[in-house]
Parts: sequence; structure tokens; C-alpha cells
Amino acid sequence: MADLTQTQIAQPTPSRLRFKWNTIFDHLILIAGSLLMLMPLVYAFITASYDPVTIHREGLALTFGDELGSNFEKALFEKGGFTKTVDGMVMLKNSFILGIGFAVGKIIISMMAAYAIVYFRLRFATFAFWIIFTTLLLPLEVRILPSYEAIQRLGMANTYSGLIVPLIASATGTFFFRQFFRAVPEELVEAARIDGAGPVKFFIDILVPLSRTMIAAIFIIMFVFGWNQYLWPTLITTDESLFTLVRGIKQIVLTYSDAAIPEHGQALALAIVAMLPPVLIVIFFQSWFVKGLTESDK
Amino acid sequence: MAQVALEGIHKVYPNGFEAVQTCSFVIQDGEFVVLVGPSGCGKSTLLRMIAGLEDITEGTLRIGDRVVNDVDPADRNIAMVFQNYALYPHMTVAKNMGYGLKNRGISKTEIDAKVQEAAKMLNLTDYLDRRPSQLSGGQRQRVAMGRAIVRQPDLFLFDEPLSNLDAKLRNQMRIEVRALQRRLGTTAVYVTHDQVEAMTMADRIIVLNGGRIEQIGTPKEIYSTPASTFVASFMGAPPMNVLNATVSSDKHVTLDEGLELPVAAPAASSGPILVGIRPEDLTLGEGTTPFDVQIVEELGAQRLLHGTLGGQAFSVSVNKDHEAGTGTIPVSITPGAVHFFSREDGFRI
Repeated sequence: MADLTQTQIAQPTPSRLRFKWNTIFDHLILIAGSLLMLMPLVYAFITASYDPVTIHREGLALTFGDELGSNFEKALFEKGGFTKTVDGMVMLKNSFILGIGFAVGKIIISMMAAYAIVYFRLRFATFAFWIIFTTLLLPLEVRILPSYEAIQRLGMANTYSGLIVPLIASATGTFFFRQFFRAVPEELVEAARIDGAGPVKFFIDILVPLSRTMIAAIFIIMFVFGWNQYLWPTLITTDESLFTLVRGIKQIVLTYSDAAIPEHGQALALAIVAMLPPVLIVIFFQSWFVKGLTESDK
Repeated sequence: MAQVALEGIHKVYPNGFEAVQTCSFVIQDGEFVVLVGPSGCGKSTLLRMIAGLEDITEGTLRIGDRVVNDVDPADRNIAMVFQNYALYPHMTVAKNMGYGLKNRGISKTEIDAKVQEAAKMLNLTDYLDRRPSQLSGGQRQRVAMGRAIVRQPDLFLFDEPLSNLDAKLRNQMRIEVRALQRRLGTTAVYVTHDQVEAMTMADRIIVLNGGRIEQIGTPKEIYSTPASTFVASFMGAPPMNVLNATVSSDKHVTLDEGLELPVAAPAASSGPILVGIRPEDLTLGEGTTPFDVQIVEELGAQRLLHGTLGGQAFSVSVNKDHEAGTGTIPVSITPGAVHFFSREDGFRI
């Protein structure tokens, strides 16, 4: 602190001025970027305050109407959909189940896979790893028919497990954890062995706590990724009570289409709601996120 | 407390590399044995075989009365201190020290008592709630020691535990480790590449080279009667001067370049030979052997004179009060301080 004050005093005025200009320039760029990203959101939020007829007639708006509260309320609490049994809250819950189940499942599976690959003398460990890695070349979209067929035959269509399980194998997660585990010093394993920790104890007592920043970082990425899943939920859930927000938005627009004008206001309100949780998670956990990807507590 | 016996222990890695050649020795109960040698000599492999972290290819290892070849490291009742300490970074000092006990199913109160006792012994009481990252190198080293002693093992294993410390701390910890081992009376095996550590700490030293035991003996034996030129030049700083020479039929020792040394040749030898003289076993300004000094190293308590004797590299160590400069100066060799080694295999004659 003392050093800092001293340097500031010692700095001649011109260089302080230059410093300021730099800051202003940097901020201009940042503000421009933020506006570019934010404007669609602002449009969506403000337009959500009109009734469908106005939206249909006048398009997106930049001044608030008077329907904001009722649109959000209807989007969240009014039973809608084809069966009139599902509201926004149910879809929100489903989205959370998918997002959390997806992230937690991926973390557990990929941590265990990486543990096996790094710490056990498996005959084809490296080969197995590369096989896992090549699955990156086969995303869900490529194998969607066989996946659907398998889950359907297992009777897991229209269940939460059918929604989550086929998605949780993760080459990326396995890769991240593998790199992390490989950087854990060998002596730690040996010290734990001498301390009488077997493979399971070592995993739970040492590796998991050591990886907690890594786990947090991967959780954030995977939660957002899972939350935003669209194709697979659309395919595997036909029961409306299992709909997630991301696909529910479309459902609102669709089911109301016979009433001449789709409920644009409600759809936009729901879109805002659907965007919030990932945004909040990233904002609140960003320090963990950066820590997990850069620092290591080894 | 236990005696450790190695019988015909031998280690070959799967890739065919022979890390430790067949060796047998016994470490007495309460003894402090140092394994010393250059890197890659197999000393760590030997230690890790005793710890159970490395499989034994052949031979029998006994700790106490038990053959432990196939016993898990956790069940050998040993404790090991690693070079990088290997503390668990996410656990407090107290938890680090108690983890091994916890895994043995010992009650929490008993663990606490033992950790407190060890912490007191090592001056760590104030740091029990800290994480390893909040400690200095010396304190981390102490925690690693504490983790070893709370378990009251039969055997301590040290794998170059002081190498990561600075020179001053190393000297201090050297004494602390030795004192602690004396007090507890626990058998200890200590691996180092530092001959000073070996000389100062050991009851007995085992010198290894290329996977082979060169010599086993007390520090004094190792220093005064090295079994080979390797031991002679590895133990002691500056190292022993080793000169190529020939013993004539009338028992004169002549350097390869023609200079005759005023020393008594060993009885049963003739022909090519190696002559070893420690730098401190020479007196400057006396005698007849010319020593050409090229560089003078100032060490404070001593001066090291480097140069050539009969055309071969040679060093002499003199006291600080002895003036020295470059140029040719006569030296005399202390009688009886000359070692002879075979030129074929380097062993003592």
C-alpha cells in the first residue's frame, strides 16, 4: 500500500493523463461491445411489455408498454400448452433438473474416467483415452437416431433419466480432469498410500477436494450447456410436463397460433426468464471459474 | 523399533534396466543409515523398495521379524518423508499429520493428543490450523516430519528431505532431524546425494554407484579407508586426488609422467596402479615433490590450491593462516595417508 502511494506521487502528471486516455479508450470499446450484446436483450425485455396485437402490428419497441407484469405472470403461472397443464414454473423446474443433472452427471462420469486413465495401470489406458477423445467428433446431432432408438427401447423416453443420461458422457470433461490429475505430484499418491488411503479414499479425500475449483469451473460450463439443450429434449420428451424452458418458448408461440396472433409478449417474457439462471450462475461464480481454469492448488 | 534386513534384494525394471544389483545388508534397530550416491545410482529405488512403493524383483525384505515383500506400504508400519514434502494442500497442518491415523481407525481424541504431542516436539503448535501453503519451507519440512512421527512407526524413510531448503536451513534441519531420531530411537534410512549430510548424520553410510553397493561403513571408515576410487572421490570435499602411477619391481612409485613419489608402495603389487591422496594430507613448502599451483580458491577457513603434480590435476587444501600463491612449490605427503587402488577396477589394494 505504501509503495503504491509513493509511486503515484512520483508519477509525473503527463503520464497520468496518458493513463486516463487509455482507460477511456478501453472502456469505449468495452461499452460498445456490451451494447452490441445487450441490445437484443433490451429489445426483448421492453417488447415483452406489450400485448400481442401491438407487437404484431408495430414490431419491437424501445419504450415500455403496460403489459409487462401480466405477460410475465401469464408466462410463468398460466397453465398453457396443448394439455393446459404446464406453466412456466414447471418448465423452469425441468430446466434446472436438466441443467444440474447434466452438469453433475458429466462431472462424476468424467472425473471417474480420468481417475481410471491416470492412476491405474490399465493395459490400454492411452488408447481408451483417445477413443473417448474421438467421441468429440460424434456429437449428439450425428448419433441422434441411434440414441433415440436406444433410449426409446429402454423405456426411458419421457423420463428425466432419459433426458439426462444419454448426454452425460463427456470427452471434454475427461480431458480437463486428465490434464489436472496428471499435474498432481506423484509423491502425493505415495504419501497417501503410506498413510493407508486406498484408491477410493484417495479419490474422495485427496483428489476431489484438490479439484474443487476445477469442478466448479466445469460445473458452470456444463450447467449452461445443459440448460441450453434444445434438440435432445425436443426429441425425447413428448409429455408436456417434462418440457424445459428452452423448448417451452416455442410451444407458447405454436399452441396459440390458432388464435390468429401468437402470444409474442409471453414468449419474450419466457425467453428472458430462460436466460436469467445461466447468466446469474456465470456472474456469481466467475471468480471460481477463472480460478479453476488458471490457478492450481497443488 | 525394528531391524531391517535385506537379503539378495535385486531390482530390474520392466524395460530391462537394472536399477539395483543384488545386495544384502542389515540395518540395526535404532540405527541411522544413509544411502548416498550420485543421481541414478539406485539409492531412491532401494528406499522405495523398503517403503513398498516399488516392487522387489528378487530377494527378501524383513522389517522386524516379518517378511514384507508383499505387504502393502500402509501395513509395513513405516513413515516416509519426501523431498517435496508431499503434504496434502487442502488439509490443515493438524489434518495432514492425523490423516494416516484417521485411516487406521484411531479415535479422534487420540489423534488430537498425538498430533498435539508431535506439534510440540517440532514447535508447530501455533501452526496447526494453517494450510501448507501458508508455511515456510522449513515449517513444511517439519510438518512432513510430524506426519511421520505421529504414527510411531518402526522405521523412518527419508528421501532427500532437505534438498529443497536453503543452505542455512539445511544445516539446522540436519541437526534437528538427527536429534529427533536419536530421541525417538527409531530406525531410519536416509537417502541423499549430499556427502556432507551423509557424513554428519549417519551411524553408517552405504555408498552406491550404478546400482551397486560400493562400501558400507561408519563415516570415519568410509573417509579413512575408502573401498574404491569412486568412494574416495565421492566422499569428501574437495575430493581425493587420484593419480595414475606405476609400481616398479623395486617398489618405487612413479607417476606416468616420470615423477617419482616418495611413498612406500603396497606390498603385493606391481605395474600400473592408482595413487589416492586427500588434499589435506599434504604439507606445502616441505619435501621435494614439485606442485605447480595455478588457481587459489579462498574458502575462509581454508585455501584450496588447484594445479598439477607431475602433469596430473591435483589439489591441496591448506589452513587459512598459510599464505599461498601461484607458481611451483614443493609439497610433502603425510606418511601413511596414501591410498592405493587397482587401475583395472578401481578397488582398494
